[in-house]
Amino acid sequence: MAIPAYYVTVGIVTGIYIILALSLNIITGFAGQPNLGHAAFFGIGAYTLAILTTQFGMSFWLALLAAAVASGAVGSILGLISLRVREDFLAITTIGINFVVVSIFLYHPFFGQAFGIGGIPAPSLFGVAFGRTGFLALVAAAVLLVVWVSRRIEGSWFGLALESLREDEAAAEAAGIDTRRFKVIAFTLGTALAGLAGGIYASFMTFISPGDFTFPLSITILCMAVVGGLGTIRGPVAGAVILSLAPEIFRFVMDYRLLVYGGLLVLMMRVQPTGLLGRDSVLVRRWQRLIAHRRRPLSAS
Amino acid sequence: MLEVRDLHVAYGEVRVLHGVSLTVQRGELVAVIGANGAGKTTMMKSILGLVTPDAGDIRWNGQSLMRVPPWARAAAGIGYVPEGRRVFPGLTVEQNLRMGAYPVRNPREVQAGIDEVYALFPRLAERRRQRAGTLSGGEQQMLAIGRALMNRPRLLLIDEVSMGLMPIMVQRAFDIVKSLHEQGMTILLVEQNARQALAVADRGYVLELGRIVLAGTAAQLQSDPRVQAAYLGGGSGGFHDGRPRA
Ligand SMILES: Nc1ncnc2c1ncn2[C@@H]1O[C@H](COP(=O)(O)OP(=O)(O)OP(=O)(O)O)[C@@H](O)[C@H]1O
Ligand SMILES: [Mg+2]
Repeated sequence: MAIPAYYVTVGIVTGIYIILALSLNIITGFAGQPNLGHAAFFGIGAYTLAILTTQFGMSFWLALLAAAVASGAVGSILGLISLRVREDFLAITTIGINFVVVSIFLYHPFFGQAFGIGGIPAPSLFGVAFGRTGFLALVAAAVLLVVWVSRRIEGSWFGLALESLREDEAAAEAAGIDTRRFKVIAFTLGTALAGLAGGIYASFMTFISPGDFTFPLSITILCMAVVGGLGTIRGPVAGAVILSLAPEIFRFVMDYRLLVYGGLLVLMMRVQPTGLLGRDSVLVRRWQRLIAHRRRPLSAS
Repeated sequence: MLEVRDLHVAYGEVRVLHGVSLTVQRGELVAVIGANGAGKTTMMKSILGLVTPDAGDIRWNGQSLMRVPPWARAAAGIGYVPEGRRVFPGLTVEQNLRMGAYPVRNPREVQAGIDEVYALFPRLAERRRQRAGTLSGGEQQMLAIGRALMNRPRLLLIDEVSMGLMPIMVQRAFDIVKSLHEQGMTILLVEQNARQALAVADRGYVLELGRIVLAGTAAQLQSDPRVQAAYLGGGSGGFHDGRPRA
């Protein structure tokens, strides 16, 4: 393959961000539940795979499945908590979970403490270990899977139920929707997919440490989904692409990322709360008008 | 069909309902009239399970609903048209209707339901792809009723069908309620607009400060001097039917 290694790496990282933004979108976009600690679930997936492959000799593929399951299991607990607390308090709880998870990685010897875990093997298929391009293909497949899951949700009763609970919980209950169950499912599914991303990330990096999964990453993921447009599929994908490529170009952004992304979040909420490509956003309306314009002469004749 | 027994409800320290009892029989249109803050909405929410009573019982065809969550009450056939037309503003008209049919879910039945609602409210058919939040007040009320009908409820709870509507729409809203009733729907209506409510109802209750103070047929209540004075604008002035008196 002639693609330079650098671009392959950027592609892999961008793909992982897309998965993270889309998985958060299931919880925050479709179901409308705050989650400011998504990086924790990314981390749980990464550590699960790292430990299972390095200490228990489990195969990558089985460990990847376990990463998604472990992350989804913790996510379902968060889902159960979400039933008991008010929305603003839930937001704080999710931040808390992020800090707690990172501290456990940092202070418990089992997780390698500040040194993290190294020597994580690459996956192999038919006896051949994955190189960079293999990883790129794997990430692309995972992105397609998450897009497919999101699309399936959008068109289904499940998706409609999530939307209604986001809009008005009491009215959703009155329409016969078990909002509690759907909240837990949304949290479980979204966090499991973040765990999947974590597993792939750990194997690709071969080395992970607690600092990879801290609160600023959660804000970055949220920022991607919000900038692109929560509640749609194209939005978080576009947001993830834009915000993961931007620091490649503007390196200095990384040093101030919490500040920059935090500011961006506030700005988006003020001027374009639906996101760049969200429903009824300025860009989308312009585009629709442009298309309508083009079509009019045809239909008039 | 529905029996509310000695219902007590409080929000924290504030006690709102002090032992409300009422019944609704199959095929009846029952109106509960009461002024602002009497506890009408609270009573409706308790029947659906959206607020938890401190004491009392709510029975549905003989079975207690007290331990049944709201969504299951809806699925069991209790339709609810909330106060202030709480449609899902970000969903389209048609998505709102689909949501109402969530317990049904069978595509053919859902489509049949949508067609029936459109037949009842042609205005909604014209606006099927429009976001519900952009509908006029009257259209949102139609949609709220249509959404509740989608689940083919056996009892329809309607909270202030006329609230915030223009006088001409108020009349139209009550006409709709009346025609649903004539088609056999069992309805429990709560209203400030006593004149219109009693004009369409079979029976009524008067709720004052969380207590049922009067009950009877609609005709009895209409001719009751206390009701006339307090609710029908007979003695004290007022705007109870939504427009200033001439
Ligand atoms: N969520 C709440 N928390 C605290 N108090 C409440 C709450 N909802 C209603 N109340 C109080 O309960 C009382 C009854 O309210 P409710 O909404 O049931 O009255 P209502 O008869 O429906 O009035 P209206 O005609 O204005 O709709 C009011 O004094 C109100 O302030
Ligand atoms: Mg009320």
